[in-house]
Amino acid sequence: MMQFFYTLLGLTLLFGCASAQDHAQNDSRPKPAKMLGGIPVYDEFTSIEPIFHRKNDTTYIINFWATWCKPCVEELPYFEQLHANLRAEKVRVILISLDFPRQLESKLLPFVEKNQLQSEVLALTDIDFNSWIDKVSPQWNGAIPVTLIYNAQKRHFYGEQFPDYEALEKLVKAFF
Amino acid sequence: MKNIIVIAVVLLAAVGLWMAAMTVNVETSAPPTTTSVQDMPGLKVGDKAPDFKLKNIDGKMVSLADYQNVKGFVVIFTCNTCPYAVAYEDRIADLHERFSKQGYPVVAIQPNDPEVQPGDALDKMAIRAKEKGFNFPYLLDEGQKVYPMYGASRTPEVYLLDNQRIVRYTGAIDDNYQDAEAVKINYVANAIAALEAGKNPEPDATKAIGCTIKVKKKG
Repeated sequence: MMQFFYTLLGLTLLFGCASAQDHAQNDSRPKPAKMLGGIPVYDEFTSIEPIFHRKNDTTYIINFWATWCKPCVEELPYFEQLHANLRAEKVRVILISLDFPRQLESKLLPFVEKNQLQSEVLALTDIDFNSWIDKVSPQWNGAIPVTLIYNAQKRHFYGEQFPDYEALEKLVKAFF
Repeated sequence: MKNIIVIAVVLLAAVGLWMAAMTVNVETSAPPTTTSVQDMPGLKVGDKAPDFKLKNIDGKMVSLADYQNVKGFVVIFTCNTCPYAVAYEDRIADLHERFSKQGYPVVAIQPNDPEVQPGDALDKMAIRAKEKGFNFPYLLDEGQKVYPMYGASRTPEVYLLDNQRIVRYTGAIDDNYQDAEAVKINYVANAIAALEAGKNPEPDATKAIGCTIKVKKKG
């Protein structure tokens, strides 16, 4: 029984380290305007723009959402599941919250904690939307949720809510 | 030691339950939709906007053709339930106050399906309009036929039409949903000023974050 416990502990530590290392390797997170809890907050799109143009062997899955957006919240578990299922692959799931700047502390932070989101969450509070929506994709009309999937070879913009987990996974797996 | 094992088991069970909860979410989700948003046809600047006949919050039917002696329309797709739309309510009322006198009345259309979004039912729209002192039509897109013809994709979203019902500007009301005082560019006001000066609005299309239009899920 003791052995079982130590094995469990060991595995936990191992995964813990692996995920920490993963972050170190993707040491590409731009410097945020501030940190809120564990969440980096960016007040200008330009500061996170590099996230949309990495050229390496990683596939990026970038989802725009907000806690007030019902369809966004409905599909969040798919991204969490993807993050968990594709741990062995070179993928990086980034959830960009467009929550209202005034509600980051009262809404976003408690939401992330309550749901124990494992994917990377960051908040973007640049409200001059017209200046940056097209930079994510000219296909984006402004409604959320939307998801951009890309790697060095290809790029796909998905402009609506995913119907189920399988649809998301299928789309991502086409990238490798 | 036993205690620690118990804790470990409880933790594992908790993780299991959490996963199960996530799975339930997955299973109750919507079936795939066939058309994606970006494939939907819609009006571009320069296109002629179709007229419609929709029910107002007072029960009467309203069409653009009912209006006499106007120079155009500020058609706004908006709703009760989207936080962005709510943030713009006072400014929509101001637009009507200011520009109906100049010949550009506001006509607001609520495009969400009330069965999906009960807060957007006609009676709820009437309550909200009264609270906010809307003195322009606030119409329900019953059957959701009108918003696809316009190509509206979110709330709030504006279509500025001229007296020939030609779309001259489409997009956001201004560049700061959060604070009317901090607005730098009043897109709609500027576009109307351009029309009044016989010019084309610049910009004639803008984008903003908004809420998806709520449609009944198929299947």
